[in-house]
Amino acid sequence: MNLDQGINGAYIIAALLFIFGLKMLGNPDTARRGNLYSSIGMLIAIVVTLLSEKILSFEWIIIAAIAGALVGAVSARLIAMTSMPEMVALFNGSGGIASLLVGWSAMYTPDNTPFTVFTIFMAILIGGVTFSGSLVAWGKLSEVMPSGAIVFGAQRFVNGVLLAALFYAGLMLCLEPSTSSPEFYAVLGLSLLFGIMVVIPVGGADMPVVISLLNSYSGLAACAAGFAINNIILIVAGALVGAAGLILTNIMCKAMNRTLSNVLFSGFGAVKTATKVEGEVKPIVADDAYLILESASNVTFVPGYGMAVAQAQHVVRELGELLEDNGCEVTYAIHPVAGRMPGHMNVLLAEANVPYDQLIEMDEINPRIENVDVAVVIGANDVVNPAAREDENSPIYGMPIINVDKARTVFVLKRSMASGFSGVDNPLFFGENTRMLFGDAKESISKVIAEFKS
Amino acid sequence: MEAVFLTFILMLSIFLGFELISKVPATLHTPLMSGANAISGITLVGALLSAGSAQGEMSGLLGAAAVAFATINVVGGYMVTDRMLAMFRKKDSGDAQ
Repeated sequence: MNLDQGINGAYIIAALLFIFGLKMLGNPDTARRGNLYSSIGMLIAIVVTLLSEKILSFEWIIIAAIAGALVGAVSARLIAMTSMPEMVALFNGSGGIASLLVGWSAMYTPDNTPFTVFTIFMAILIGGVTFSGSLVAWGKLSEVMPSGAIVFGAQRFVNGVLLAALFYAGLMLCLEPSTSSPEFYAVLGLSLLFGIMVVIPVGGADMPVVISLLNSYSGLAACAAGFAINNIILIVAGALVGAAGLILTNIMCKAMNRTLSNVLFSGFGAVKTATKVEGEVKPIVADDAYLILESASNVTFVPGYGMAVAQAQHVVRELGELLEDNGCEVTYAIHPVAGRMPGHMNVLLAEANVPYDQLIEMDEINPRIENVDVAVVIGANDVVNPAAREDENSPIYGMPIINVDKARTVFVLKRSMASGFSGVDNPLFFGENTRMLFGDAKESISKVIAEFKS
Repeated sequence: MEAVFLTFILMLSIFLGFELISKVPATLHTPLMSGANAISGITLVGALLSAGSAQGEMSGLLGAAAVAFATINVVGGYMVTDRMLAMFRKKDSGDAQ
């Protein structure tokens, strides 16, 4: 057995560990061990690669790896849980740029076949889109740039031209590989530009779709890089991640009753305007909210992005525990696209020490929502907007929602009377059984907690 | 032949990925995503080969940059996923932190 066969054998073990790791990530009881298995797989793949006789010099590798490991470890440790979507976007981006660079570097290999050059082109294209797209997503999530959809008239035309130019340059490159031709630089530049163009028309509320799509792309980029350098483990692991990301993207799209192309190409709410709803809102103060909660026997919290912004997850958990001590059944109903990334709310509530078996999904709460005494909506808007069910003119018409308006009483915690992220009016606020608790969510809940304790 | 062989592997891996992920509870969507993202850092293997193969200065430099970025992805991705998963607990099982 020569060294190369040994390395490939080790790659098989690494691939097995990735597969088992991913499988175990699908169950809360085994997820942490699954992640450990997959990291062991990664370690094996890296170590055997370093043993390869193809690697002649180590100085740069050691410096670069130490620098990367430091940055990765420090940011993973220090990042606040509320900033997790931004972190995931940046990690996606660094994976993307790495694949782009691997592809670029492979261009310097002498005597590349046209097929290899084509796969290099794909690695640069997907890696570049992942990188610049993730940076734009990061900008939107951290509100360094406006988080709304940026749409202009000739967008589709511009994107079409861009894509045509990209593939033309790619074709020229395959016919005549070169690392210094204008075509090669065009491929690099246009790929990065295309990533920006893909993400700017997507609004903040659609971010869960984009984040999981970029996650898929980061896998596909690694996969393309694997083809470029003829490495099987890159292809297998990259394809696994690519497929997993696509599944997640699809789940997110379904949760909004929209197609992927609709999310990507039309800015949210850009097409239709909802029927204006008017009515009288019924405000409530913390004292009265306490009285109602105190006598309730079944309370559901419905969190949204606003809970993350107000950092209210800890006080929400505290209130939930007080209610439970009071003999009340407490659940947390979570819409699949609440927040800015898939599972965003679950992570925040887990951080606040809410057990995951209290977190229930939309399909589980809706059939028994009539039996809920109080539904407490914290910083959620679109995902509880009954217009999605009733108003055909609403931009979110058809999106499945948590039917809080059918609960006996609804509290809506809201900063003020502005419309939600998508700029859609919400008839829920004017509902007969709705009470608005205005003010900062964290302060409002703290007041109710103080009432409970006194 | 090599290209056909690799494409074959690609196809099987994609189907395997679909099968593996199709039934994941919403609670685990974020850790699954960041865990999968860490796996996509496998491009580090490619980066190591490019950085060490000494096919000229430029190629090595690009490879080294790729190693740095991919390591951020791998180390950060696994650590942040572990940190998240450590917080998930069942009712009455884990102790409060």
